[in-house]
Amino acid sequence: MPEPHKPTTLHLAAALSAPGAPRPYTAADWTRRVRLAEDGALDFVTLTDAFGERGPDALQALTVTAPATARVGLVPAVTTTHTEPFHLQAAVATLDWVSGGRAGWLPAVSTTEAEARLFGRRPAAPAAALWHEAAEVAEAAGRLWDSWEDDAEIRDLATGRFVDRDKLHYADFTGRTFSVRGPSIVPRPPQGRPVVVADTASPHARDLAARHADVALVHAQGPAAARAAREELLARAEAAGRDPGTLRVLAVLTVDLGGGEYAAVPSHGGGGPRAGGAGSPAVYRGGPVDLAELVTAWHDTGAVDGFHFVPADPDRDLERLINGTVALLQHRGRFRTFYPGATLRDHLGLARPASRYAAARGADRSATTQGEPA
Amino acid sequence: MTSRPMHLAAHFPGVNNTTVWAEDAQTSPPPAGPGGRQIAFSSFTHLARTAERGLFDFFFLAEGLRLREHQGRIHDLDVVGRPESLTVLTALAATTERLGLAATVNATFNEPYELARRLATLDHLSAGRAAWNVVTSFDAFTGENFRRGGFLDRADRYTRAAEFVATARALWDAAAPDGAGQPVTHTGQHFGIEGRFGLPRSPQGHPVVIQAGDSPEGREFAAAAADVIFTRHGTLEAGRAFYTDVKDRLPAHGRRPEELKIMPGVTFVLGDTDAEAQENAVEIRRRQISPQNALYALEQIWGIDLSGHDPDGPLPEADPDVDSTFVQGRVKHGDPRQIAEKWRALSAEKGLSSRETVIEATGRQSFVGTPAAVAEQMISFVDRRAADGFILVPHLTPDGLDPFVDRVVPILQERGAFRTEYTGTTLRDHLGLPAPRPRTEAGRG
Repeated sequence: MPEPHKPTTLHLAAALSAPGAPRPYTAADWTRRVRLAEDGALDFVTLTDAFGERGPDALQALTVTAPATARVGLVPAVTTTHTEPFHLQAAVATLDWVSGGRAGWLPAVSTTEAEARLFGRRPAAPAAALWHEAAEVAEAAGRLWDSWEDDAEIRDLATGRFVDRDKLHYADFTGRTFSVRGPSIVPRPPQGRPVVVADTASPHARDLAARHADVALVHAQGPAAARAAREELLARAEAAGRDPGTLRVLAVLTVDLGGGEYAAVPSHGGGGPRAGGAGSPAVYRGGPVDLAELVTAWHDTGAVDGFHFVPADPDRDLERLINGTVALLQHRGRFRTFYPGATLRDHLGLARPASRYAAARGADRSATTQGEPA
Repeated sequence: MTSRPMHLAAHFPGVNNTTVWAEDAQTSPPPAGPGGRQIAFSSFTHLARTAERGLFDFFFLAEGLRLREHQGRIHDLDVVGRPESLTVLTALAATTERLGLAATVNATFNEPYELARRLATLDHLSAGRAAWNVVTSFDAFTGENFRRGGFLDRADRYTRAAEFVATARALWDAAAPDGAGQPVTHTGQHFGIEGRFGLPRSPQGHPVVIQAGDSPEGREFAAAAADVIFTRHGTLEAGRAFYTDVKDRLPAHGRRPEELKIMPGVTFVLGDTDAEAQENAVEIRRRQISPQNALYALEQIWGIDLSGHDPDGPLPEADPDVDSTFVQGRVKHGDPRQIAEKWRALSAEKGLSSRETVIEATGRQSFVGTPAAVAEQMISFVDRRAADGFILVPHLTPDGLDPFVDRVVPILQERGAFRTEYTGTTLRDHLGLPAPRPRTEAGRG
């Protein structure tokens, strides 16, 4: 039995909407929600997205808040089934540029016939195939984000060259359903690669999470199940050749803070969310204080690196979450009270990755040097 | 004297040799935060806010979907790299209040539902300031970055664009206040879609549609479907001919002349005297055409390797290779042999070197002079119906527009040729465009 991986300091994130909740259309409404999360020094906010459902494009709804916020990470869902991988990676990289290194991407797939008919390009497909494609899009996006080395722009007056083309690289990704040549049109974003946040609600998403995610969201009814899910993901990441220390695992918890100060069910405090059926979302119903107890208890037992809260009623619960639960955790010294870093990677304690192509060129160079005749 | 009202737009400096990068460090401090001037968000905000300070109609972004190549390698002499248009414009919706926000988005490598949704989202988040410049592409080179991979027959480009715009408008028209909307069904040559849009009707109803093609098909498409044409006709006579041709096409589509604005892309150079402006213009051209860029321009026409050619010597003796695949990712204008002949004649007539010929023959500035003279020329273009306004392309990032806004706009205002305040809130208001008429598929036959 391998040694369990010790969780990191506490990381907290929140969704800005909930399934079925009405979504606003003005910049002011979205900015108000994101600022609230930033007031609580949360690592990041997420916004899901699905074609044909009510609501604006999620990436744009978060993008419009970027100039009016300074630190909180912005992680929109962008679907991979009916979209272009090249456009997707360019849009996420651009969000990273306009937010000064705060962008993330929540991969999502479009499984329904209704979504397929809005495009008319390909029929609906099984989730397994779509998540396989999503993982391929994540691989292609990672290559394209790396396709400009950080110092590709040289502005060399002597030779008249704006860029050093040896530092621009073809991604040359070929998958089952698409291929992309590259390089990207967008210079390498501030974070190097924006943060990939993978929701593992679908078992088919777990390979993507293990291989490509910086943050994995797990769904568990209690700390033991969460710990098991985390260990499994970290083991899979390690098996895929990754350092498991580069993957943060957060438990998804729907929070309904509409009641009083305390949990409606006594066992909630530290005991875990209300048990639903297998596969149903973990729901906490109660007060902000007991939610803080739950967060502390799970984190103390080493179950997860933190939580991704989904407010049952965003207009009500986001405010109670930040001013109640998060404020209490901060007061108790369990959560940051300000952002020591600037980028989302900083908040998550994740290093800025070097471009895979720069690393490869470095390796080539040393190989050449070694092989040179004396 | 009161002139016809002029419309103005600001083009973010290009990803090509018109944007002078070599010495811009001398003209403005480096941008705050990471990245060079052509990518830093502070550059976009500066230019957009300058345009808004000048009460411009809109801010315009071009698009590139594949880095240009030359001799099978990435072209390295010009500014390259840019943000994704709709994303950066969405961020600019938060740093500006009235300025229209126009994105160039390719109809070949996008799908109507997704793009209609992104444009409507921008229109909502900007409170009615979104515009879409419809372009098409047919080259397999760009296609290598996209699922469709291949390309479109040249002949299908405008049919796809027209069907794309009609489908997007059908989706926008089906939007309902509560976001549920009517189901839309479209079956055509290029698209077959069905479903609900999902967004409420956006403030403009239809984001403004801009079109930039110049072929007869492009003009007809614009006359049928566009709100603005972005043209290249920089001279008064060419502009008048184009203007008349396009406006005359409108009645056949049931449209009035004022429903389509004609806005050529233009450059400007200012000076305190005409002589100083002319000197500045020559100097800018020299900076735009470095010795390396001159050789590159020749290779574009000749289609052969000229790396050993002396840019300060005469033009190449060989004839252009018309079948060359030397240059990729750039639209070719005209027959290379004819262009080479024109350039030889120019070089012989004026005794110009290769580089001087390129400087003389390509991309001369549209308006050169004192602020008053430039204002006069622009007013004359509009009054003589060569244009309804202009899309200004500065040659410096990000403050190339500042001198125009500071020195020319006040003169245009004094002359009664340009607004002194925004009278409306939406881009349609600024452009004086009517509210969109709901169209049906059947009604377009």
